Amino acid sequence: MILGEKKLKSRLLVVLLSTALLNLAACGKKDTVPAADGEMVVKIGAIQPLTGPQSHLGKDNENGTRMAIDDANAKGISIGGKKVRFELLSEDDQADPKTATIVAQKMVDEKVNGIIGHLNSGTTIPTSKIYSDAGIVQISPSATNPKYTEQGFRTAFRVMPNDVQQGRVLGDFAVTRLGAKKVAIIDDRTAYGQGLADQFETAAKAAGAEIVTRQYTTDRSTDFMAILTAVKSENADVLFFGGMDAQGGPMIKQFKTLGLNAKFLMGDGGSTPEFIKLSGGNAEGAYSSLPGLPLDKMPGGKEFSDRFTAKYGQIQLYAPYCYDAVSVMIAAMQKADSADPAKYMPVLAGITHDGVTARVSFDAKGDIRDGAITLYQVKNGKWEVLETVGGAAPAPAAAQ
Amino acid sequence: MVPRQRLQQRNNILDIFLQQLINGLVLGSVYALIALGYTMVYGILELINFAHGEVVMIGAMVTLAVVNMLLASGVDIPGIMIVAAGLLVAISVCMALGFAIERIAYRPLRKAPRLAPLITAIGVSIVLQNVAMIIWGRSYISFPPILPMTRHEIGGAGITDLQIFIFLLALVLMAGLVMLINKTRIGRAMRATAQAPEIAGLMGVNVNAVISFTFILGSALAAIAGLMVSAYYGIAHYYMGFLLGLKAFTAAVLGGIGNIAGAMLGGLLLGVIESMAAGYIGDLTGGFLGSHYQDVFAFFVLIGVLVFRPSGLLGERVAERA
Repeated sequence: MILGEKKLKSRLLVVLLSTALLNLAACGKKDTVPAADGEMVVKIGAIQPLTGPQSHLGKDNENGTRMAIDDANAKGISIGGKKVRFELLSEDDQADPKTATIVAQKMVDEKVNGIIGHLNSGTTIPTSKIYSDAGIVQISPSATNPKYTEQGFRTAFRVMPNDVQQGRVLGDFAVTRLGAKKVAIIDDRTAYGQGLADQFETAAKAAGAEIVTRQYTTDRSTDFMAILTAVKSENADVLFFGGMDAQGGPMIKQFKTLGLNAKFLMGDGGSTPEFIKLSGGNAEGAYSSLPGLPLDKMPGGKEFSDRFTAKYGQIQLYAPYCYDAVSVMIAAMQKADSADPAKYMPVLAGITHDGVTARVSFDAKGDIRDGAITLYQVKNGKWEVLETVGGAAPAPAAAQ
Repeated sequence: MVPRQRLQQRNNILDIFLQQLINGLVLGSVYALIALGYTMVYGILELINFAHGEVVMIGAMVTLAVVNMLLASGVDIPGIMIVAAGLLVAISVCMALGFAIERIAYRPLRKAPRLAPLITAIGVSIVLQNVAMIIWGRSYISFPPILPMTRHEIGGAGITDLQIFIFLLALVLMAGLVMLINKTRIGRAMRATAQAPEIAGLMGVNVNAVISFTFILGSALAAIAGLMVSAYYGIAHYYMGFLLGLKAFTAAVLGGIGNIAGAMLGGLLLGVIESMAAGYIGDLTGGFLGSHYQDVFAFFVLIGVLVFRPSGLLGERVAERA
């Protein structure tokens, strides 16, 4: 009655293979309309996780990108004397580096004029080489791992400050403002989570705190009881989690279940309404940081958030950054009078554009210049602004 | 004050061990409930019902849907009653689902080669996942904070009402199942069918009814496990059944698949192994292997069992039935 080992193993293999195939089959689609006469179609690829634990963020990104493209189409932009219709090609990378490279290759084969993505650092870094080899401009709205722009690819840009800046602000904040002496760190072992946690660790140590434990989880986990118990044994006064809201929310709930009373701190990955929702009422008092100014402090921010909310519902996280990434890309195309990546890339590198999250301009590596970091805390079930660190003041009347 | 400090440290280590043990037992009792569903079906049909994890997921999703609906309608009844109502609906839905899965995907293939029902099992699992994704969306769904979360201290370790409840309910259900199988008519029919379905049929046992009953029973347990998981972690999502199913399957194999007591033992053991591994692996390997290998341990265990004791802890090697 007992299964032979061989049979059992082959059955498991069948299960694993078939899920992998299913996942591949579930990849994206595009909304194509044939080009009218004298019209030029400019394809913009948007890649983000549309399935899996981070799908709410991916959808948010896609909507931000779509809104920017719709706006550009409504304006009736002409490039090189031809009327342009921007077309969105959206794909799902499942926040998985392996899937991301397959999808990236597909985008290259489609000859897109520019890429908005990917959402995660773990998918952005490996795909950046593919885009660089193909000479396609890539603007990531949300990848914050420093490595992305340190590889020397001229095609790689981002509209969000990197983790060196964010980690430093978070580390300082934990020690000077939260009074942390003993700090525990958990990360999700992704390029983003691990990278931010490393930067945070460096900054917190430099500011005089002791790192009492470092624990790890994954970006698909739901059980954190064991690692939180390990954290509890160290009597840390601040727990920093480098990861996303889908883990952060349940983590703070389990954190309360275990009776931990450390302060809970996350980076931009936790700064979402979803985090509060997933915490099941346990998020009160948690801290997070988010690169950029608070939306209501930005010239076009209020208007953007009203329009976005009316059309797609609550902003999760990176939609405004996607909007900026698209609009700065289109601005560069207009200025260069060409949608050819080789032509508009140098223009993009030197552009200054007033976006909804910041005044966007890039340094030599493709990182956004003078990015601000804003700290938030959950008060009465909502993220409230605590303070903003750094950042160039936006031009007051330059709302677009 | 060095000795006192050392004493305190030792106490601390004990507290942590106790806490990890509690975490592991609670998790393990959920695994055990799910593993029972695998093992009962295997015992009778020699079929690995890979759709079982998805039944757990549907149980969690339906409970949450009902709970959220009741909360939204603003009825003024205590949280525990709302959850109980959700659970009742979920149990009924899952029972119907279990019955339907067997009827549609397995019964027509009962005489087919063994690989065929395995493939339909995977098919059912994929269909259920996608149906759940269409109905409830792709995001995580959170469990509303309506259950009491009072913590009790046991010698430095904490345990919440919910954890106690999960553990006790799992024990009661397992005891009830053992009684049912050993003391009732239907239980005897199940045992007879497991031993020799044709002969049981000749002796007047309605084999089809017994098989349907087994699926229904396993699915009811799965629904309860689904509620437990989602309440414990505070979230549910359409993909949760996959990993849970694989782990519970591992637990069933660990205990000896087809063996009821084995599934319970395997579940509890696997929960404790996972919890201990995640809690201590980082320190033991000097950070080389971290707690993110938590999920991998279940499969280390599975491989270990398959290599060294394929029949599981409590299973016996029995000749393949023709």
